[in-house]
Amino acid sequence: MTAQAEGDRSGEPTGTHIYNNVTCPFCGLLCDDLQITRTGSSLKVNNGCPRATAGFQRPLPAAKPLIRGSEASLEEAVKAAAEIVRGAKLPLYGGMAGDVGNARAMLSIADRTGGVVDHVLSEGQYRNFRVVQTSGWIMTTLTEARNRADLFVIVGSDIHKLHGRFFDRIVTPDETMFESLGGKRTVIFIGEGLDTSAATGPRVKEVITLPAAKDRIPEVLAAISAIVRGHPISSGGEEVKRNSLLASFLGSSGNADEIAGIKRADIEKVAEKFKAANYGVLVWSPPALNMPEADLTVHMMTEIVRELNLTTRFAGLSLGGNEGAPSAASTCTWQTGYPLRVSFASGAPEYDANRYNIARMLTDGEGDMLMWVASIGTDIGLPQTAVPTVVLGTPGLRLAQPPTVYIPVGTPGIDHSGQMVRCDNVVSLPMQNLGRSQLPSSADVLAAIEAAL
Amino acid sequence: MMIKLTGGKVYDPANNVNGEVRDIYVRDGRIVAADPDARVDQEYDVRGKVVMAGAIDPHTHIGGGKVTIARTLLPEDHFKDEVAHTEITRAGTGYATPSTMITGYRYAEMGYTAAFEPAMLPANARQAHMEMGDTPLLDKGAFVMLGSDDFLLRSMAEKQDFEFIKDYIAWTMHASQAIAMKVVNPGGISAFKFNQRKLDLDEQHVHYGVTPRDIILTLARGLLELGVTHPLHVHGCNLGIPGNVETTLATIKATEGLPLHLTHIQFHSYATEGDRKFSSGAVQIAELLKKYPNISIDVGQVMFGATCTASGDSMRQYNGAKNADPKRWVVMDIECDAGCGVVPFRYRDKSFVHALQWAIGLETFLLCDDPWRIFLTTDHPNGAPFYTYPHLIRLLMDRDFRRETMLHVNPDALMYSTLPHLEREYTMYEVAIMTRAGPARSLGLKDLGHVGPGARADITVYNEDSNRERMFEKPAMVFKNGDLVVRDGKVIKVVNGATHVARPEYNRDIEKSLKSYFDRYHTVRMENFRLSDDEIIDGGRGEIIVQPTRARTSS
Repeated sequence: MTAQAEGDRSGEPTGTHIYNNVTCPFCGLLCDDLQITRTGSSLKVNNGCPRATAGFQRPLPAAKPLIRGSEASLEEAVKAAAEIVRGAKLPLYGGMAGDVGNARAMLSIADRTGGVVDHVLSEGQYRNFRVVQTSGWIMTTLTEARNRADLFVIVGSDIHKLHGRFFDRIVTPDETMFESLGGKRTVIFIGEGLDTSAATGPRVKEVITLPAAKDRIPEVLAAISAIVRGHPISSGGEEVKRNSLLASFLGSSGNADEIAGIKRADIEKVAEKFKAANYGVLVWSPPALNMPEADLTVHMMTEIVRELNLTTRFAGLSLGGNEGAPSAASTCTWQTGYPLRVSFASGAPEYDANRYNIARMLTDGEGDMLMWVASIGTDIGLPQTAVPTVVLGTPGLRLAQPPTVYIPVGTPGIDHSGQMVRCDNVVSLPMQNLGRSQLPSSADVLAAIEAAL
Repeated sequence: MMIKLTGGKVYDPANNVNGEVRDIYVRDGRIVAADPDARVDQEYDVRGKVVMAGAIDPHTHIGGGKVTIARTLLPEDHFKDEVAHTEITRAGTGYATPSTMITGYRYAEMGYTAAFEPAMLPANARQAHMEMGDTPLLDKGAFVMLGSDDFLLRSMAEKQDFEFIKDYIAWTMHASQAIAMKVVNPGGISAFKFNQRKLDLDEQHVHYGVTPRDIILTLARGLLELGVTHPLHVHGCNLGIPGNVETTLATIKATEGLPLHLTHIQFHSYATEGDRKFSSGAVQIAELLKKYPNISIDVGQVMFGATCTASGDSMRQYNGAKNADPKRWVVMDIECDAGCGVVPFRYRDKSFVHALQWAIGLETFLLCDDPWRIFLTTDHPNGAPFYTYPHLIRLLMDRDFRRETMLHVNPDALMYSTLPHLEREYTMYEVAIMTRAGPARSLGLKDLGHVGPGARADITVYNEDSNRERMFEKPAMVFKNGDLVVRDGKVIKVVNGATHVARPEYNRDIEKSLKSYFDRYHTVRMENFRLSDDEIIDGGRGEIIVQPTRARTSS
């Protein structure tokens, strides 16, 4: 690691320490250029987005292991957790919000105990996995997009709110490697209510917004898809047909046509920009695509990309990836062959993206114990369930119901070192130990529980 | 603790031992000289059995992003091969792209004790090592890819000082924890990002103006002068294109005495004779290789069945995607560093093209007369999964079996290959060279690939069987660092192997240029791009072994 820690890092946090090149675990971009000053156990972010600042600077409440609400030692809590796991016929290992070390430890205990593994944000990731597993895709990564793209198309995702430094780092950086190709960017927003304020500055040539309602974005994409393929678009819905019929009666041109409330001419103009791009990038954040059958929307985007690559270069870029979701999915994939939603109940990994969705299993009364890891953010509290629960969580985790056993754990990149996988599923980054606390890593606690079985 | 393997028939080409009956002594994980006075704690009677060093796979895609993309892409590839955990082994899945633990178990169960990932992208090095860290029982290492990374291409276009480029090569090997370096479609992966769809050996990259020939010679000479043992590992231009044998011959001639390793040469040995304009170029390659003792190859043998191709060659994989089976594929542009393409594929024995690919691979094996310069690979999983090695060995060692198999493949294909006329049968000694001594020498693996005193006690004991497939698929015993880990083809103990790296000398001033480059253009800090030793060995995932390099020289 490259921390320039000034002073003694052993024991309880004391003194003032400055850490450089710190990787932020609070969203899938894993920005790794943060400078953080630690004074005692409090952290100050010198250059982070609001989410990073809130995450690092959140005062860490004191937390003790709890067994049925009563304070206990770590050893007692580990023992109690092991008893619950041992008593379960179908243990569920959920949350999974952590680093690669956490995923390795959860997979190990799940394999050993015949459990099911799933990540709290799998629903978003599965909007992508379903596409990969049916048709594949052409994708790019953050550095490639930053230097090369002359067209960014943001689809249905409020990227600036979700990933506060995406525009700053990727769309409008001070320098790019290929100024003549990707130096000036056209930025197109598809979807209403998206914050376009960050698409500004000398690097941005043009900003276009097609403000379609979220559930009608697929219609806009379908129209663009047809245009880039050279197919004529007949009018979309009945309403449009009526309008165009009316228009033909009135003798006006087809310009009055609308698709998803957007003028057809505006969509055609955008589609032409797609075709004219040297290197276009379609950007989405899977959790934001909460329209019905969102995987079909992702599929439509990836098919547009595929078509454009017949003549030019174009690629998708999926963001999201918060709460260590890519770390959990990648680790699970290399260890089992499947991207989460795996059951080890038979002894062998069995994969079913619907059946082994832990949220669904809990709703339907499947599984008889829930181990929940939430080592990063405080918002992913335990789902409602009547089964015994073991929570390995960051202190301050919002819990709607008290778990049977609670064990406070550290956050990767703050309280312990580790590695995490970025949202593009290519780059992984080292997480530094900033020495904020002595909290154990979830991996260490899980290993202790497994050892106590 | 002294272990003795008594009375085995030993094939140890590194020490010129050709099937002689020898006793082997092991103490503290290493092979030691025979000592008749030593107290033997454990004796294994291996009389009548064949003893070799643990096998080494010098080119197998076992770790890193593209393998995990392949795993994700094809869940149905795993459905038929789900493996339950046991008391000592973890659950996982097999087939074309097996999960990491299953990869380790199955290699070991086949007598392999080391495997090298040949296409680690610098930007993905951390994940490649994490995956290899989850691959038990094997020593491993990785070849880092350069040649389409913008830093090198810029440096070449700007005519940077050669010592500067050498420092960058060496820095990359350190930063990514590599043992060797590979170039894949030199410049082509980058050119594809600029919408260039083809890049031949002397064709200019549309943006940088450099040619694949420049890139190959720059990297090959750089590695030579840096003293790295394994020469530049080359996946050449025009993979899979009929007529590419001309490119491959030109690449060999371009070396002018520089050492080079041409990988999965089968995919680069296609000529254009016949109605289909597709024929074997294996004879031309084998003939030219005789004149270029500086060149080594591995084959990338195709075997019939379903697999998934995974390559850094985004340009050629994009082109090949139209043949995807099933119709589902991934292509990526990566980090101004590299790319990848993952395309599922089914090789059919009745297909003219696939049968000819199969024949060209076998021809290459049978025509190349120096087993020290040819390594047994299927380019797992690109030509076939590694589990097919015992079958491949039988095809090479058993002429009658080969003839029998030829009866089942597309007969027209055989007309465009010399395979039906080749009588050669590989000997046990030659197989031991090709799967042990040769790769160890080529990669510079001190103490591996042989069973003489001083070697690490990675030993495989086979039951003698005239059916060579049966013999090689289920060894009687495999020892890893002196631990008996496999018995009768089943894992009985799980240990972690080491990670092998090479660390050529470099001038640290290169980091000034790199720091500025990363700060200006990259989304990862140079300091975080580098992979520390701790990240590899943490959690008891095995040691790092730094293999020696020669002293740096300048031309």
